[in-house]
Amino acid sequence: MSGSKDYRIVGKVTPRVDGEKLARGKGAFSDDIEFRELLHAKVLRSPHPHARILSIDTSNAKALRGVHAVLTHEDLPRVPHTTAGQGWPEPSPYDAFVLDNKVRFVGDRVAAVAAETPGIAAKACSLIDVDYETLEAVFDPEKASKPGAIVIHDEEDSSGIYDKSSNIASHLEASFGDVEKAFKDAYKIFEKHYEVGYVQQSSIEPHICITWLDEDERLVIRSSTQVPFHVRRIVANVLQLPVKKIRVIKPRVGGGFGGKQEILNEELCGALTLATGKAVRFWMTREEELYASRTRHPQKLFFKTAVSEDGKILAMDVRVIENTGAYGTHALTVMTVTGNKIFSMYNIPNIKFSGEAVYTNLPVAGAFRGYGTPQGIFALESHIDEIADELGIDQIEFRLKNIYHEGDRIPITGEMAEGEGSDAQLIRSSGLEECIKRGAKAIGWGISREPTAAGRSRGIGIAINTQGSGIPNVDMAACSIKMNEDGSFNLLCGATDIGTGSDTALAQIAAEALSIPVDNILVYSSDTDMTPFDTGAYASSTTYISGAAVLDAAKKVKSQIMDVAGEMLEVEKEHLVCSDSKVSTQEGKIVTYEQICLYSLYQHNQFQIMAVGNNVSPESPPPYSAVFADVEVDDDTGQIRLLKLVAAVDCGVAINPQMAEGQVEGAITQGMGYALSEFMPFDKNGNPLFKSFRDYNIFRSSDMPEIEVILVETYEPTGPYGAKAVAEVPISGPAPAIANAVSNAVRARVRSLPITPEKIWKILKNK
Amino acid sequence: MRNISVFVNDKKIRTEVPISQTLLDFLRSNGITSVKRGCESGECGACAVLIDDEPRASCITLTLQADGKEIKTVEALSTRQDLSELQKRFIEVGAIQCGYCTPALLLLAGHYLNTAVSPLEKDLREAISGVLCRCTGYVKPVEAIKKEIRLD
Repeated sequence: MSGSKDYRIVGKVTPRVDGEKLARGKGAFSDDIEFRELLHAKVLRSPHPHARILSIDTSNAKALRGVHAVLTHEDLPRVPHTTAGQGWPEPSPYDAFVLDNKVRFVGDRVAAVAAETPGIAAKACSLIDVDYETLEAVFDPEKASKPGAIVIHDEEDSSGIYDKSSNIASHLEASFGDVEKAFKDAYKIFEKHYEVGYVQQSSIEPHICITWLDEDERLVIRSSTQVPFHVRRIVANVLQLPVKKIRVIKPRVGGGFGGKQEILNEELCGALTLATGKAVRFWMTREEELYASRTRHPQKLFFKTAVSEDGKILAMDVRVIENTGAYGTHALTVMTVTGNKIFSMYNIPNIKFSGEAVYTNLPVAGAFRGYGTPQGIFALESHIDEIADELGIDQIEFRLKNIYHEGDRIPITGEMAEGEGSDAQLIRSSGLEECIKRGAKAIGWGISREPTAAGRSRGIGIAINTQGSGIPNVDMAACSIKMNEDGSFNLLCGATDIGTGSDTALAQIAAEALSIPVDNILVYSSDTDMTPFDTGAYASSTTYISGAAVLDAAKKVKSQIMDVAGEMLEVEKEHLVCSDSKVSTQEGKIVTYEQICLYSLYQHNQFQIMAVGNNVSPESPPPYSAVFADVEVDDDTGQIRLLKLVAAVDCGVAINPQMAEGQVEGAITQGMGYALSEFMPFDKNGNPLFKSFRDYNIFRSSDMPEIEVILVETYEPTGPYGAKAVAEVPISGPAPAIANAVSNAVRARVRSLPITPEKIWKILKNK
Repeated sequence: MRNISVFVNDKKIRTEVPISQTLLDFLRSNGITSVKRGCESGECGACAVLIDDEPRASCITLTLQADGKEIKTVEALSTRQDLSELQKRFIEVGAIQCGYCTPALLLLAGHYLNTAVSPLEKDLREAISGVLCRCTGYVKPVEAIKKEIRLD
């Protein structure tokens, strides 16, 4: 097998298994069910960036008619934990509490109310009287880590923080080769720094959960989450309940993008249910989403790079200062990925990476599609272009001269990794060069294009990058496949479809292996009571990690089917052929799947044809992306028009090419927002200034440039049917490609995001 | 509380509603789950409905404002047996990802197709620009709608 052409279902366009119910708008999402006597939760949030709560008087709130519970830090067990939905033990510091006697950013939780209507709950919040001792606040990570800065996490019981007294949540260093010597011997050295700020995941469905006690007094959590099993484990810990007392149901999710890889509301909602005995609904408003949920980590990246006269990169030293906001959720691992992906592109013999994730009194950063890569790649790919320009080498030629190739190992991946680590990743498949070649052709690289109007300049830019396919030796997936007597199969997977289409891709993998049509697979994801474990939908892991678990289960089930067929046909199973929902002998005797299942359930040697599949991968094969931007800049005002964006992506064999294209289209659109329109400003007291989609601008249909997506097929030998990941890799390219195109158009190098007309105008004016 | 009478997808509903109730809450509490809550301030479009054949954000419309009017949601596009052609196109070209904004996109696209005299892609993009989608980059939804009007 070498590619999609050899398969019946994999690599072919297959309509989504959930398409019809979504097109009909059926009640498939968390908030789409009704309860008797449902209570509504609201959270009182801090108006101060940093303060100690001296006292809270909830008596007026509790006295309000329709209020069933008011919780403060005095009512709940104090359990340090992380809200990061990661594998256990989580690599994020345990610096969060469900409710605390201290608030650390504007929007931090102070108290929670459950009441009969959202209006009563909001009114009750306004009746809570809090006496704050306001503290000095710090918003700049470089200032926050200087001696003498106010300490944000001064509580004694938090743990896993690198240096509490310096506000450093996490610290990271890695190196190989002899960087100092390489700098001494270099032909030229380039030193530049880059900066990226806060952006927000902005799934159109906000965070929503509903919790209740079932008839066995178990806490049921129906939540819009990417990580149902992590929700169960972490909620059990913080509410001090046994895991067996909790059931997490993940219905359809209206987008996640990392924002829902977080235990953000489920524990508090659960606490309100435990306090009242009633079903409680916690709906985050859009305003809360934008400043009190999670964001992408802002970073400053300092690059120092040595090159030889013939354009080889000899050494690179990168230092990162990461702002993790008030809590350190995902702080270390995002920074790890930043370093990991910066050094996974170019074959550089001497490298050094250091990073510090620093607390500030600003919103909490977390997981966001790309997970550190967009930050690192904006800096790296801007930097690479600057070096090529200085050396007078074509930007593509300079990249091709330095990239890793198939057969190379990526040493940094063995140096910096999660959990117990992994070996340096061997590149078994790479379509990077072809991505570059085909993308360049699509954008018209080297062909000079006229601006569409006088007074404007036109330019094109490139950026290349990689990502992983799951976390090696950490991400684990399981599923079960059970045969039914009509020849259909239930596929129960812990893998969590959050709108990505993974239910469909996993059904295709199962259908391919079982020689049946996709509509004979009934997919269900996910419910901690029913579906086997899966770490969840993050780290580009579902197709590669969970897909292989599905393939494992399907192969086991097929083997059982062949055993039964052999018994029925009285033929050794080695002499049987399976195709199209039936098993046949070489002489042409046939038993159908229906007959096989009826036989095994009702007739002889009865048993349920069923198996559990598992997978953990020691590898995380890199998918690749090459993004090209064609832009036009107004010479006087710096106004930017994005004319066209091309994204060529190597995701191995695309299990469902149409859905893979959809992933690329969505990711590059978010990447364009990161490049041009999305940012989160604060006033001098840390108050968020953007609290709605009126201010926080994600791309609308009318804002879109021409888009061209090219899937470059390779075959990844370690992946299910040759697949690698696709969901994250395309997001990182647009920002540096656009920055490089702007530089190409008007010789204005913008080293921070977003790239605005104002920044370009300032550079042009000072020329 | 106030008495109202509205037609929701051709079904007459006469009931009493709180004066401050939004049409979004009214519809959802009457089992219309296609109308989604995304921002509650009229900016994301996930709650779009047609009131007397005009697109409106139901989250910033009071139920009272719809008194005596005809409301259409995506539930009206199909029968229990059959999807509309536009719904089929959405599924066929892969225009649905998480599906949260899909009903609103379908409703506004359908409205555009019914009302545009000479459809243009630019106008079509404008017509659905009130609906935010974070998953698709609008590429496949626009492709699906264009197939229906044979624009390309």
